[in-house]
Amino acid sequence: MKNNERNKPKIVWLQAITCNGNTHSFLSANVNRLKLFLNSFDLIYHPSLTTDILLDDLLKKDEEIDFLLVEGAISSNKEFFQLSNQTTNEILKKLVLKSKYLIAVGSCASYGGVHKKFEQNNNILGLQEALFEHDTSTLKHPIVNLTGCPVHPEWIFQTLFSLKEYKQIALDEKGRPKEIYSYLAHHGCTRNEYFEWKVEANSFGLKEGCLFYEQGCRGPMTHSNCNKILWNDVNSKTRAGMPCIGCTEFDFPRNNMLETKKNIGIPDEVPLGVSKRAYLSIAGVAKTFKIDRLNEKIIK
Amino acid sequence: MSSKEEKKNSIIENALKLFSKKGFYNTTIPDIAKAMSMSVGNMYNYFKSKEELAKFAIKYSTNILATDLKKINEMDASSKEKIFLFTKKYLENVQKSPEIIEYFLRVYLSNREVFQEGCEGFLCVSEFVTEVMILLDEGAAKKEFRQQDFFPAFAMIMGALGGFAFLSGEQVLDKDIISYSDDVAENIYRALKYEK
Ligand code: SF4
Ligand code: SF4
Repeated sequence: MKNNERNKPKIVWLQAITCNGNTHSFLSANVNRLKLFLNSFDLIYHPSLTTDILLDDLLKKDEEIDFLLVEGAISSNKEFFQLSNQTTNEILKKLVLKSKYLIAVGSCASYGGVHKKFEQNNNILGLQEALFEHDTSTLKHPIVNLTGCPVHPEWIFQTLFSLKEYKQIALDEKGRPKEIYSYLAHHGCTRNEYFEWKVEANSFGLKEGCLFYEQGCRGPMTHSNCNKILWNDVNSKTRAGMPCIGCTEFDFPRNNMLETKKNIGIPDEVPLGVSKRAYLSIAGVAKTFKIDRLNEKIIK
Repeated sequence: MSSKEEKKNSIIENALKLFSKKGFYNTTIPDIAKAMSMSVGNMYNYFKSKEELAKFAIKYSTNILATDLKKINEMDASSKEKIFLFTKKYLENVQKSPEIIEYFLRVYLSNREVFQEGCEGFLCVSEFVTEVMILLDEGAAKKEFRQQDFFPAFAMIMGALGGFAFLSGEQVLDKDIISYSDDVAENIYRALKYEK
């Protein structure tokens, strides 16, 4: 260990039942931010990177961990998944005892995600569900859920730097940092004007039109700041013409994600915080306006 | 309600009667003023033009139906019962204040040019259309109605009711209009109902 690393908070990144997507996302972070991160923290273990320590050593040694980051869902069913001859549940519990902060990286670690849909094993859980109160009694902070499929690297950095600096962050009722998840994916979407006037895009990838009615866009009911903190610093799903599929929410993944459920042509769910009656009356009126500018190609 | 608004409403009520009887173009502001025992000059303190009055009148008359349907929508009843209740209410309106329905059929639907500006699309009838949407949405969500496009479903309700009001206005029905209520409702319900 280099001398200057002594005082840096130590991070362990555990991969439980995962597709590796959050690691991919993390490694695609903005280069300068990644440098700053590596200069400010000591990532002592990550299974996809070369580190001095192995998971086995970590479990045996009396090593203190500042931030335990977990990617993937947890199971105590040995038949389906093991690491170092132990279930993810056993490993998690051992590591939590050495840690100050526990952060769920991604929707699978937060709530079980896609793995929870696996019917042959009904014991697949997110961190909060997998741990009992006494398992987490040594933690300095409630579990932080960084939901998303995958998580934006900036959300990880922001959380880690905030916790390092202020020891504490405000969480919403689902355990997500308010600073990140109080926004909706709809905020900052370049299609807001189309949304207001009910001009729909009729296929993916167009610059024009909103994706709410026809393509299943969940932007108006999904807590995330994807349209404010852009992906790869340049774009978001909805800006590019792909509907938001609500990957930061508790119920992700839902069935028929690219469809808007409708009853007799009327959307079953309306944007958060609006009553259906109010929404339908405004939408019904807006729909009957035909604004030429919004029905033309932006670039002819 | 302010006294100005009350006055406005009573002008609208009188105008509705005249418009629905004589038609939009054959009714003049002096006609309406006369029915109100008001001076023509004073009339213009309330409405700038006959067109403006016509637009207020369509909002006024459909809002009566909207209020009825909203009350029914908020009831704890099956969607089928709601259709039956609303049909009855509608036919009662036809009997009690025929000018409201006649105005819709004879002026709003046949003089579209009057409503082109300021009443685009659903703008002047939106409260009522919204209540129909709520009725249909809930029925389909509860699987009492089958899935279909909105407009065919909407037309099934409004077409049947409007058509019946027309028959009543032409005085060709041989029984009291209310006595047809359940049969009309049954027809509407069958056009919408869920089939396994
Ligand atoms: S595409 Fe989605 S996020 Fe964008 S404006 Fe439409 S509903 Fe909102
Ligand atoms: S836009 Fe929606 S689906 Fe896409 S990453 Fe953001 S929250 Fe997830």
